Parts: sequence; C-alpha cells; structure tokens
Amino acid sequence: MAAEQEMTPSSYIGHHLSFLQHPVSEGSFWTLNVDSLVTSVVLGVFSLGFIWWVVRGATSGVPNKRQAFVELACEFVDNQAKDIFQGDRKFIAPVALTVGLWVLLMNAMDFLPVDILSWVAHFFAPHGFRFVPTADVNTTFALALSVWLLMIYFSISVKGLGGWIHELFCTPFGVKPIWASPLLALFNLLFNMVEYISKPLSHSLRLFGNMYAGEIIFLLLWMMAGAGIAGAIFAVPLGLIWAIFHVLIVALQAYIFMMLTVVYISMAHESH
Amino acid sequence: MEKLQLIALIQAYTGVGIGLMVGLGALGACIGVGIMCSRFLEGAARQPEMIPALQAKVFLLLGLIDASFIIGLGIGMFFAFANPLLGALGG
Repeated sequence: MAAEQEMTPSSYIGHHLSFLQHPVSEGSFWTLNVDSLVTSVVLGVFSLGFIWWVVRGATSGVPNKRQAFVELACEFVDNQAKDIFQGDRKFIAPVALTVGLWVLLMNAMDFLPVDILSWVAHFFAPHGFRFVPTADVNTTFALALSVWLLMIYFSISVKGLGGWIHELFCTPFGVKPIWASPLLALFNLLFNMVEYISKPLSHSLRLFGNMYAGEIIFLLLWMMAGAGIAGAIFAVPLGLIWAIFHVLIVALQAYIFMMLTVVYISMAHESH
Repeated sequence: MEKLQLIALIQAYTGVGIGLMVGLGALGACIGVGIMCSRFLEGAARQPEMIPALQAKVFLLLGLIDASFIIGLGIGMFFAFANPLLGALGG
C-alpha cells in the first residue's frame, strides 16, 4: 500500500484482488497470473510429493503415523470412488485423490491472514499477489477443463468414436419416427450440448465462486474493522463466525470437486 | 458534471442489480436447503440407523445447492468493485 496516495475502500480491496501478472504476448489472453501458477505448482509438488515420499518408505508391517495418515486418505477416496463407479478403479481413484488433495490445499491457503501475507509479498510483488490459487477463475477452469477432456476421452475410448457421435445425436430422445429424425437429432444434439457445456462451467464456477466470495467477505470485514471502534467491535465476532464457516466451506468444496470428478468420469463410462 | 451523473446512474442501477442477484439467489438457496434438510430429518426419524450415511450426502447436496447462489454472489461482488459497465464511459 503506497504511502503517498490515500487508501480508499475500493483501492484496498482492489489492491488485494490484483494478480501478479506477466504478459507473454499481446492481449489479456496471453497474460500469465504468475502468483496462481507458482502457488498451485508449489502446493501440488508439496502435497503429492509428500504422499510419494511416504509411499516410497511404506512397510506392510505396523505402519508409522505418516503412513497411517496416507492410508486413511487413500482408503477414504477409494471408498467414495467405489460407491460411484463399479468398474476398474485403477485410474479414477488416483485422479480423485490428486484432485481432492490438491484442491484442498489450494483452498486452505485462504486460512492465512490476508494483510500479513500481503505485507510479506510487498517486498517482491509491489502491485499485488493473490495467495489463493482457486480464487482465480483460471485455475478452477484449468482443473474443470482437464476433467472435461478426461470425460470426452473416456467416452470415446469406451464407446468408440462412431458410438460417441451416435450417442450425441440419438440420446435422449432417439430417432424414431423416421420422418421426424432430423428434428429429433437436432433436439438430441442441443440437449447433449447443454449437458457438455454446463458440466465444466458449473464444476469450475462453483469452486471459484465459493473461494472468491469468501475472500471478498473477509476483505469487507477487515475494512469494516479498520473503520473505527464500533466497526472493530462488530467486525471481530462476525469475522470469527465467517472464518469458522469458511473452514467448513474449504473442506466441503474440495470434497465436492473430487466427488463430481468421479461422477463425471463414471458417467462417461456408461453406455445406453 | 454530465459524466458524474452518468457514472452515478450506472452505479445506481448496478447496485439494484447486485441486490437482486444476491437476494433472489439467497432466497432460492435457503428454500432448497430447507426442503432437503426437512426430508433428511424425516428420513432420520424413520430410520435412525441410516443417519451417518445420509449425513454425508446432506453435506454434499448442501454444497451443490449453494453453488448457483455463490456464483451469483461472486458475480455481484465483481460488479461491485470492478464494474465493467463503467467501461462504456471510459472510467
């Protein structure tokens, strides 16, 4: 926060909501949000690297606490996947574990207090640094689009390319009677397009909206706390309540993201 | 002065829009969660041994039902702090 300009509420919030960006080429499509990239990669390496390191030294005798913890997590995810997908879980369950653990850690970055971190980040990123990667719509869309590509890949690999295209045009209404088949095929295609577009959209925006709105409400509360004694007296209990609720939201949204990943991939394996 | 009036006009209507987005979204989300939880309580009263299994599903459905509301909240906050409609005025 620069000392020579007065801080207004919108500039406080605007400063906290600006990314550390690096343009690769012209235009806003080619601007990288370096803070989201770096934070998400570091968290991914940390979380999955931890699991890899524990599994590397795993014993089949009495497990130590780290191994027991990793086994708990893997078993939890495997049970959830088993409930939903009755098939070969060799690929789905690790995907679910990866996505669930990674999103959980990225969401958990929201627990760290925003102003203290921003003071630390001020030394190397004066214009802004966002610490929560999943509060960036690019990150959540990247995750959801990867799941979407997996969905399409599995649809094609289970039903064949011709079978998939047939399914696009002939479900859910079918193409009988023959005289109405162009119209019916069009309706089927429209339905399927809506389904194919709404799944990644809702998947990503749900996570993004929860994290982004949570961050904004924290910022608004701290702004109210900075507005005087009365503001501080009201902001502290409200902040406490919202922080406790946000802990639930962080874990819940990671769990929902993981479950929906499993559900979408298992739906792609179904054929009618 | 004219530009200030135009800015005030845009912000005023944006404010009303944000209020509608958040209010109507909250209305829908709360009614939906209320209906879902009332069914859960009914099922829990009939079969208390199903409570742990149903409780896990309740939390999952809570997150799914809240989704549209929170997306609307996020869009409302975006309009509140970085109103893109002001871009037509050049600021």
